[in-house]
Amino acid sequence: MDLVCPVPRVETERVLLGHGSGGQLMTELLTDVITPELSATGPLEDAALIGLDQVFSTDSYVVTPRFFPGGDIGSLAVHGTINDLAMRGARPIALSLAYIIEEGLPISELREITRSAAAAARAAGVPIVTGDTKVVGRGAADGLYVTTTGVGVRRRDAWPSAAAAVPGDIVLVSGPIGLHGTAILSAREGLGFSAEISSDSRPLHELVAAMIEAGGADVHALRDPTRGGLASSLNEIAEASGVCVEIVDTSVPVPRQVAAACELLGLDPMHVANEGCLVAFVAPNSVDAVLEAMRALPEGESATVIGEVTHGVAGRVIAHTMVGASRIVDVLVGEQLPRIC
Amino acid sequence: MKYLDEYRDPVLARRLLAELHATATRPWTIMEVCGGQTHTIVRQGIDELLPAGIRMIHGPGCPVCVTPLEIIDKALAIAARPDVIFTSYGDMLRVPGTSGDLLGLKARGADVRVVYTPLDAVRIAHENPGRSVVFLAVGFETTAPANAMAVLHAAASGVDNFSVLVSHVLVPPAITALMDEPDTQVQAFLAAGHVCAVMGWTEYEPIALKYQVPIVVTGFEPLDLLEGILMAVRQLEDGRAEVENQYVRAVRRSGNAAAQDAVRTVFQVTDRTWRGIGPIPASGLALSAEFAGFDAEQRFSVGDVVTVESPLCIAGDILRGTRVPTDCAAYGRACTPRTPLGAPMVSSEGTCAAFHNAGRGLEM
Repeated sequence: MDLVCPVPRVETERVLLGHGSGGQLMTELLTDVITPELSATGPLEDAALIGLDQVFSTDSYVVTPRFFPGGDIGSLAVHGTINDLAMRGARPIALSLAYIIEEGLPISELREITRSAAAAARAAGVPIVTGDTKVVGRGAADGLYVTTTGVGVRRRDAWPSAAAAVPGDIVLVSGPIGLHGTAILSAREGLGFSAEISSDSRPLHELVAAMIEAGGADVHALRDPTRGGLASSLNEIAEASGVCVEIVDTSVPVPRQVAAACELLGLDPMHVANEGCLVAFVAPNSVDAVLEAMRALPEGESATVIGEVTHGVAGRVIAHTMVGASRIVDVLVGEQLPRIC
Repeated sequence: MKYLDEYRDPVLARRLLAELHATATRPWTIMEVCGGQTHTIVRQGIDELLPAGIRMIHGPGCPVCVTPLEIIDKALAIAARPDVIFTSYGDMLRVPGTSGDLLGLKARGADVRVVYTPLDAVRIAHENPGRSVVFLAVGFETTAPANAMAVLHAAASGVDNFSVLVSHVLVPPAITALMDEPDTQVQAFLAAGHVCAVMGWTEYEPIALKYQVPIVVTGFEPLDLLEGILMAVRQLEDGRAEVENQYVRAVRRSGNAAAQDAVRTVFQVTDRTWRGIGPIPASGLALSAEFAGFDAEQRFSVGDVVTVESPLCIAGDILRGTRVPTDCAAYGRACTPRTPLGAPMVSSEGTCAAFHNAGRGLEM
């Protein structure tokens, strides 16, 4: 019996779809190609701090399908950038909205998406004050891409940063995970979970304001676990802060329908995208107050503790499993690929 | 989902573990056949909590891992053709062939698409009459019925631009080959619940008898695995060698007759080479003569693609269960899920990837 294995070639010359997945491939693209050219330093945050008070962030949205249970590309683009600003403790004050439109997009659809973006901005109390519109030829884009940019003003009483978690901090999540990613996958592939699963897309700036009101500077780190899921956010904070994060598997709120969809598709809920929940690292003294403040708002009503920061190996995320063992929680490599069986 | 939470109950899990500790009086070596079971065992750390001396060997039941390199190279050759839409289950796309993988080929312009069922591939063929649509039909007895149904559906509805690249494998011949190895350490098997949901377990009865090896048909949730291991240990302690069924909510002794009929109609048993293990007689399925017209290998003349594997990683030892991933010098260094040197590092069901994703071998 021969025991053999080939030497494979890994694609290193072209951008793969997986480079956009929020996992390890994307980190490589950023650290190897993009940030060196920009001479960028410091931890990668959801939004940049300019001077002492101004917070600035931008994000592009390419989601397919453009309409999905729980939202559409317009409302998603508004919520996403508001949330990126909020994760730095900012009060969002204005947004821009830019479109790249493929020739042939029905005007009615563009109107509907714009109406949805406007409604989302109005509901969040953050005006859209400028924008841009470009049209490209048929086939040069997939229908519609949306970019939103936002500015905000930092609250003076807290400095949340991915690099600010310290041992002893308690790790909280604001609500159930995995809803957005499974809703999109279901709608895109016609998998039939769509009746049961809606995206959690929603603004989180009021929630963050309430948390900082209750916990002040004890709110050390905030992240909304979008692409790459909760596992990526926890790893980014563990890495940027140089700490070990330990969570308890059974305390992570995974809705039954998300667990079922992930089970069928062979996906890990910890790697699935969210658009309406956040993970927070809070000093133990303020945890009760922060949790109470979160639970008083609809977007935080099921806020819960999932773990703590320890003196373990820096940059490591460890999950304690239901049977009482432990494992390391890693980031996704590239795209999440549904399993065969 | 019903049947999910009930099988992830921490209290019941600890009770089963306590019972295992009370039952085991000697060291035993048990192989879980299926990659899905390996995934659960390693993710939950079940193997680390077993009584000292109870060792789990992670078997060859990951379809991604045992699909021969030659099939991957043939898939790459077919997918590179401009007239082809190549369709596959997701986790085959990152399996390294000699010259790259299907994801890389896609980035270079090939039309490679992930589907969730082979019937989607037939639908794509129906919608693209001017192009050839090929589905990569791999996997164990679990995926064979759906693939057979796709071929039957294409034949019945006259979708003649659809074809399949087939590399199906069968569990019982692999178990037999493992037991025939002179240095085999396996004393009991956890058979793959989903495979048995299709095939039943009658074909395992002669194996248990001939090799005097207990075989427990087992599910995939943490409590399934713990109970399956407990049932196997009880048999070993009692000196019994029977086929037992832990996965009673899904498996009957005779299996699923309709699924078996579809498989028998479309496929015939053939010799198959298992990646990392080598050729095993009568261990796979190929299209039967009646459906040979759907064979992508013949349609695209890639039958003569010959691939030579070079001996660099220990995937074979791992698939046979004689060594574990952390024994490999490349594990976690040259070989990671980002840069897999061997197929067991590609799928999350592969033993090496399951180990790596759980951080095995790293300092906690």
